[in-house]
Amino acid sequence: MIYFDNSATTKPYKEVVDEVVDCLTNSFGNPSSAHRLGIDAEKKLNTARERVAKLLNAEPYEIYFTSGGTEANNTVLKGLLKKGDHVITSSIEHKSVKEALKQLEEEGVEVTYLKVDRDGIVDLKELENSIKDNTRLVTIMYVNNEIGSIQPVEDIVRIVRNKSKKARIHFDAVQAFGKIKIDVKKLDVDFLSLSAHKIHGPKGVGALFVRKDLKLKSLLTGGGQEKDLRSGTENVPGISGFGVAAYIAYNHIEENMKKVKDIKRYFIERLSEIQDVRINSPQDDKHIDNILSVSFLGVRGEVLLHALEDYEIYVSTGSACSAKRVGQNYVLPAIGLNQREVEGTIRFSFSHMNELEEVDKTIDVLKSLLKILRRVKK
Amino acid sequence: MEKRFVYMDHAATTYVKPEVLEAMMPYFTENFGNPSSVYTFSRKSKKAIEEAREKVAKALNALPDEIFFTGGGSEADNWAIKGVAFANRDKGNHIITTKIEHHAVLHACEYLEKIGFEITYLDVDEYGMVNIDELKKAITDRTILITIMFANNEIGTIQPIAEIGKIARERGIIFHTDAVQAVGNVKIDVKEMNIDLLSLAAHKFYGPKGVGALYIRKGVKIDNLIHGGGQEKGKRAGTENLPGIVGLGKAIELATQDIDGHNERIKKLRDRLLNGIMEKIPYTRLNGHPEKRLPGNINVSFKFIEGESLLLLLDQFGICASTGSACSSGSLDPSHVLLAIGLPHEIAHGSLRLTLGDLNTEEDVDYVLSVLPNIVQRLREMSPLYEKFIKGEI
Ligand SMILES: Cc1ncc(COP(=O)(O)O)c(C=O)c1O
Ligand SMILES: Cc1ncc(COP(=O)(O)O)c(C=O)c1O
Repeated sequence: MIYFDNSATTKPYKEVVDEVVDCLTNSFGNPSSAHRLGIDAEKKLNTARERVAKLLNAEPYEIYFTSGGTEANNTVLKGLLKKGDHVITSSIEHKSVKEALKQLEEEGVEVTYLKVDRDGIVDLKELENSIKDNTRLVTIMYVNNEIGSIQPVEDIVRIVRNKSKKARIHFDAVQAFGKIKIDVKKLDVDFLSLSAHKIHGPKGVGALFVRKDLKLKSLLTGGGQEKDLRSGTENVPGISGFGVAAYIAYNHIEENMKKVKDIKRYFIERLSEIQDVRINSPQDDKHIDNILSVSFLGVRGEVLLHALEDYEIYVSTGSACSAKRVGQNYVLPAIGLNQREVEGTIRFSFSHMNELEEVDKTIDVLKSLLKILRRVKK
Repeated sequence: MEKRFVYMDHAATTYVKPEVLEAMMPYFTENFGNPSSVYTFSRKSKKAIEEAREKVAKALNALPDEIFFTGGGSEADNWAIKGVAFANRDKGNHIITTKIEHHAVLHACEYLEKIGFEITYLDVDEYGMVNIDELKKAITDRTILITIMFANNEIGTIQPIAEIGKIARERGIIFHTDAVQAVGNVKIDVKEMNIDLLSLAAHKFYGPKGVGALYIRKGVKIDNLIHGGGQEKGKRAGTENLPGIVGLGKAIELATQDIDGHNERIKKLRDRLLNGIMEKIPYTRLNGHPEKRLPGNINVSFKFIEGESLLLLLDQFGICASTGSACSSGSLDPSHVLLAIGLPHEIAHGSLRLTLGDLNTEEDVDYVLSVLPNIVQRLREMSPLYEKFIKGEI
């Protein structure tokens, strides 16, 4: 099997699975319990919090665990914005931001959607001009999940801080953390969303970084866990597994990204052997190395996807959660792709668990498949 | 008696059954695909989720389409209450609940109160039971939701859910029940009991933490709590907690296949322990209903002592217990449930909850009975109140 869909989800590390199993069987206490099993479980949470914090150079008490990236995004947006507030975002956000904002819009929040250029990068001038007195939040994804564009986050922070004292800054860093070194102190960001299953951690767990002394209204109220921001018995196995994945990512981020960079370089190089190809995420500092979006003109992406599947090569047409509704893709048109290019788009997303040989095999299969598929199409 | 490790805090959380873990394992390792992806490799993930959904539906006598997975019991409660309130605002703004709900329900109601909803918090009697007549009287034509827990997490009292469901249905009011403590202990039939929404959490019935479900009867109007991708038929966004959901499915199947047998076994142990406590420890009060209570639940108040010190001493003897609900054990306020059943503060403070589970044995019970009376006695001897009481001064 060749798994090139690591932006959809990743295979958990063995160390992660071992940790999860240990929590499920041995440290099964409720962290709120006063007895030894409760204390044991609480220690697991503390360790995980330290490990995730370290990956961001945050303080452990700035990390709040959630059920995933989606909940983290919802928590920031709904916890901060209220009727009459203005929020600035991009036109290529993940659905968990886009849909939450749509809901808030119905409730009287004003939303500005920034355009992106052909690289998928927001226009900083437009950002600056959009900031108003009632701008409460700027929420922009750090790395896009479909085309891998990396936003100029330092510039965004600088511009927002210069123009407004009131506006807070949130980056959906689900596709960035563990791959790009993030230092929340240097970056001076207010909120960051994370999700474990994108860095070889377990599904169903994520985190929200909330800069100290900032407060959010909670989305889930109840027993008061996570300092009252997120109630509910903590997912100790998931959180502890997340901690392990963060720890491994922290220790290997450079070598892992170097490997992924080589894979992308080699992939692009070999794609030159195929005609009528548009690379939507070139290898440059505006695009992350683990995402390669390619439009194969003259074929339908989902046909190609299923054809690749017969060779046990797994890829995606866009983001996993909108995979079934190809017609609704909004990211690719936003960077200027025409209908034909959108239709033929495949996203290959890599991890350090991939190998160069897998690129060779994939290119060979692509070549023979395209020969047939493109002929059929004509 | 030789020191042993005895876990009697199953209402806080349970261990995970080996069969459940075994069912989950492949979804951590080889079948890690994102259920939303379209290729065959991920279809296994999708299928596993649908099988789990069928298991939950079967356990509740619901339809698979009526089951939605969440990140836990609290999320299910928040979603049910806030989601129904917002979606039915045009019909009214009144919600009825009780004073002994879990905080996930109470705080959701308090939040709604702040933004303009009206909430009636029903009283309960000394056993923790709601009064059906009072419930009927509380209903107005602005009432859109009744939310009453199936079984209480602290005192174990089981409410007359079928009766409440009938009243709600007759009046056309949506009925939600927090069944987090009930699943696996009480037979639940959402159709027969006229339940419109029901919350559950896997970690209370030998499944994993961080996963729960909300049953939403077809046709009930409810807004989303978490927006985003189209997961859970567009009602609950976020990449699914695949192994967790599989574990929940397996756990509910196991927990509901022999409720009578489970109850009989646990009740027998529970009664042995309870009778022993009442016999050996004077000035003790049983909290909750004598019969209509969860099979594994004991909640007692020992006069003249502090529950917190009792817990620490029990822990030193290897016994894991609780004073009330786990999530509020960090706070010094006495339990709102014990206050609601009429206990004065000082007695509420001296409460102990022992909740038995599948692995507990007669030896465990006898061990607790050999340790607990001495600890209570020791603590009482340190209590100035007890001294006065013994001297006949109070
Ligand atoms: C950019 C981005 N944000 C948010 C999410 C949502 O994370 P999760 O699936 O953990 O809810 C994803 C992944 O699906 C993502 O790619
Ligand atoms: C009755 C009741 N409702 C809701 C909850 C919340 O469930 P969770 O902690 O899984 O979110 C609990 C347990 O803590 C409970 O006992």
